[in-house]
This record gives sequence, structure tokens and C-alpha cells, in this order.
Amino acid sequence: MKLKQLSLFLENKPGALSRPMRLLAKAKFNILTLSIADANQFGILRLILRDWEKAKKLLEKNGFVVKVTDMVAVEVSDEPGGLAKILDVVEKAGLNVEFMYAFTEKRENKAILVFRFDDPDSAIKFLQRHKVNVVASVDLLKQT
Amino acid sequence: MKKNSPINFHPVSTPDFLPVEQLQALQLQRLQAIVQRAYDHVALFRKRMNEADLTPEDVRSLDDVTKLPFTMKSDLRDTYPFGLFASPMKDIVRLHASTGTTGKPIVVAYTKADLGVWENVMMRSFAACGLHAGDVIQNAYGYGLFTGGLGAHYGAEALGATVIPISGGNTQRQLMVMKDFGSTAICCTPSYFLHLIDEAQELGISLKELPLRVGVFGAEPWTESMRRRIEHDSGLKAYDIYGLSEIIGPGVAMECQCQSGPHIFEDWFYPEIIDLKSGKPLPDGEEGELVLTTLGKQAMPMIRYRTRDITALSSEKCECGRTLRRIQRIGRRSDDMFIIRGVNVYPSQIETALLKVEGTLPHYQIVLTRERDLDQVEVQVEVTREVFGDTVGALETVQRNLGHSIETLTGLHMKVRMVQPQTITRSEGKAKRVIDQRKM
Repeated sequence: MKLKQLSLFLENKPGALSRPMRLLAKAKFNILTLSIADANQFGILRLILRDWEKAKKLLEKNGFVVKVTDMVAVEVSDEPGGLAKILDVVEKAGLNVEFMYAFTEKRENKAILVFRFDDPDSAIKFLQRHKVNVVASVDLLKQT
Repeated sequence: MKKNSPINFHPVSTPDFLPVEQLQALQLQRLQAIVQRAYDHVALFRKRMNEADLTPEDVRSLDDVTKLPFTMKSDLRDTYPFGLFASPMKDIVRLHASTGTTGKPIVVAYTKADLGVWENVMMRSFAACGLHAGDVIQNAYGYGLFTGGLGAHYGAEALGATVIPISGGNTQRQLMVMKDFGSTAICCTPSYFLHLIDEAQELGISLKELPLRVGVFGAEPWTESMRRRIEHDSGLKAYDIYGLSEIIGPGVAMECQCQSGPHIFEDWFYPEIIDLKSGKPLPDGEEGELVLTTLGKQAMPMIRYRTRDITALSSEKCECGRTLRRIQRIGRRSDDMFIIRGVNVYPSQIETALLKVEGTLPHYQIVLTRERDLDQVEVQVEVTREVFGDTVGALETVQRNLGHSIETLTGLHMKVRMVQPQTITRSEGKAKRVIDQRKM
């Protein structure tokens, strides 16, 4: 169920983002979604791609520090209050969301969000018990 | 920790154990000859002796060395390239030169006899840390104008060890060779070895399972905490070798298996410690600048050369039985010291502070700038996989801890900035620790 996310350390200076992007583009990696966290002096680029293992190797070979983390993808109905409903469940369970971001693709009027929980396994169990649709990573990573 | 072979006495180490009286008699004999040689053949030295109203005959005891004029690094630059040579070119068989990061390089020369001395002290260096025929020595010091590569090479060969002249760089090949050729020892800078440890980890090679058991590390100042880190992560025994091109190259001093500071090969290099400011000699045990006189160098005698390295001499008996005095590990150079808001700081203090924080490796650089007449220090630290996560908070905590650790040790607040791995420049495998961009 879990989705692999690559995170990269970026220095806070011009060109820091374009270098890894150019590397991935040249090797024909398609990025499914991404998010950037910016701190005062550095940034963290988070990526979800199909061939994450190969992408990780490529980035590391080019001197980047890359970490792999498990993410949980959740289906949210694309209507007012859609996300709030999910967050209610999360809150009730006392699950701590480190951060979240969205997928660019939509599936039949449903948006897909990715969550970073402290403990993804118990989060998945809990969400499923409360009828939240956790999207299998295979579905998301399928070639279309 | 892997077992080292039992102490194995190599005949070449005999002079290491000379009774002090005989050692001093030998030193005086050689000192008198070298002062005479420099006086006869080096114009600058003769001029300074004349100005001080001295002749070589004034050197009657070892203590008289303190009357002699100093030689400075600037003297080598001012007389570039061959001005301090005491031998005609036909007797000089080798030249080496420094990288010359600040202006002109300095050039050093060797006669055949000088190369013999160098080989002798390098053999004694390897023997002192328990290496012998049968060992496979991977020599990752740079070959070329830099003295490190060739110095270690000939010493290791003369010892009868198998030398792999791999030179510096190409980390993946270093690891492949280390594994496939079964290297038992490696020579390189400590910061480069740290990089090898990182890379090995990444490639899934366990250094602890390889035959590697000895590291001969030098050419840059390092700290005791760095030694512990290296030994812990790689399973080898890390030994400190000291040397400088102006004197001969590596092999001026080397640690024995007791690892309690490098023994100076005093029969060839006469050491003194002087007060940084007054230039007055200090007794053993007191810290000051190391001054060296080459007792046998024919092509380029160095009389009272100021090394800029800060240390103390120890005449306490070493457990290994060597009568050669030891220097304290050189963690700092008077050149590297920087004064920030009136406080003297050495890079070694920063290194110690950084190593106190779990998971960080000491690949760092200190950048000094001046903003509106106020000194600013920024410590740049290369990010490693150990400290990096996908959340901002985790990395900011590391950053804060590093800053706090520095402040505790130096009493100064310094900005800490995390940078990409491998972005801090290294020359000849040496990390340049301080970049001073202040315009005075």
C-alpha cells in the first residue's frame, strides 16, 4: 500500500532545483508529483516517480543525498469538505501528519493526496477501518 | 578492532633507540656540518649569519642552535625557484614543489644522498606502525610535484612491502583495489579516508571485513576525535605521520604502535619549540611553534625553519622504548588560526565541536566575511545520509545542535549552513578549512 517518496537535500541558492530536474529529464524520468519544503537556509525536494530506485541511484551518483520514505496515498472526493472529512478521521486516531501534498492526476472526480505519517502502517490500518480509500501504490504507478 | 601483528623489530629502526647521549653527539656533529655547508653555499644564510656576527665555528654545542637565524617560508618564495640550493644542479636528482595556492609555489631539491635519508625515515615510519615485508600498502597520496606520493612510495618499497601506487582520487577504484588486492595498509589524508568510509558504506563494502589494518594519515591537521571516528568506522588503526616539503616531505615524525604522538626522527631533523611572539626557545612540554633544522639535507639545508605548526615536545619515555622525542598531535597551525571578534579560534576546535554531534562527518569549511565592519563566521557542513531526512524539522535540529556545540566550545555564535556533499573543495586530498573573505 505504501508509496515510496524520494527526498533530496537542496541548498538555498539559484540553480539548486534545476540541477536534479535536468538530470531526471535527461534520463527520461517522469515525475508523478512533487513538493518542496523550504527552510531558511536549505530546501527539501520530495518526489514521487515510477522508477524510484533507478532515479535514486542516478541522483546519488551525481552527489545528492537522497532518502526514501513511505507515504500513504488517500482518495479524497473533489468537493467542499472532502479533505476535512479525512482529516477528522486522522485527528480522531491521533495520527500525526508530518506533511502532505496532492497528486496532479485526478481519478473520476476524486483527488489523490499523499500523507507522511510517523507510523504509516498503523495509519493505513486505521484509515481503512474508517472506510477511507487508501490507494494501492501499484495503481498509482501503473503506466498509462 | 582487528589484531595487529606482534611488535616486529625491523633493523632499520635501530637509530630510533639510540641512547640520548649518543643521539645528541650525532646531532651536534651533523649540525656543525650542515651549518658549515649552508654558510658556504647559500648566500642568504651567509648574509644573515654575517649580520648577526656569527660564523659556523660558533656552533659548539646543541644549545648554540638558538643563536642561529630563522628560515621562513617567505624566504623560499623570495628566492624562488633555486635560491636556497646548496648543491650544483648536476648533483640534484629530484625537485618537488608545493601547490602554491597563494602565489608562487615553493621548490625543494634532493641529492641522491637526500633521497636516501628520505627513504630511510619513511622506512622507519612504516616499521614504527608495525608494517613490514608482506604488507600490501595502498599509497593514495598524490604522485607528482607533491612530496606525499613518491616519499611514501620509495619508503614502502625499500621496506619490502608491496606498493600499490594508486595515487589520489577515483574513490570507487580505490575501494575495488583495496578489496581485490587485499591492501593491509593505506596512506592518504585523514579527510580523504573519511570520504572512502562514506563511499564504501554506500557501495555496501564493509571495511571491517577487509584485511586493511593500518592507516598512515597525514598532510593535514586532524584531531583525536577524528582518529576515534576513523578507527570505529573502519576497524583499522590510524597513525599520524608528520612531514613537510620544506624539510623533506612525509617522514619527519611518525607515531609508533602506542599512538601517543609522532616521534621525530631526531637524528635527521633537529626540533625546537619557540614562543610564537618572542621567538624565544621553550622547554619540553610547553606549547609553541615547531622549528626544525635538517641535519643531513645536502641540496637544500633548512636551518631553524619555522613550520607554523603548533605543538609541544615530549621527552617522556614512550612505552615502545624509542628515545626519540615526540610531538603532540598537530591539530593546528598558526597560519590557520583566525581571530573573530577578538577571540582566537582554531579549525580543530570547530572540528571537535562538529564531531560531538551524532551522525555528522567532519567535512566542513569555515568562511569569514565582514559585514558593516562586523566579522561574520559561517561554518559550512556537508550533509550526510545519516542526518538527512524528509522533514525540515529534523535537519534544523541537527543544524541547531551543531551551532550549540560550537558555541559551547568556542564561546562564539557562528552561523551553521548545510551544503551538498562533495562541494567543499579539496586540493591534493587536503581540505582547506578556512576561507577568509574579509577585506581588511
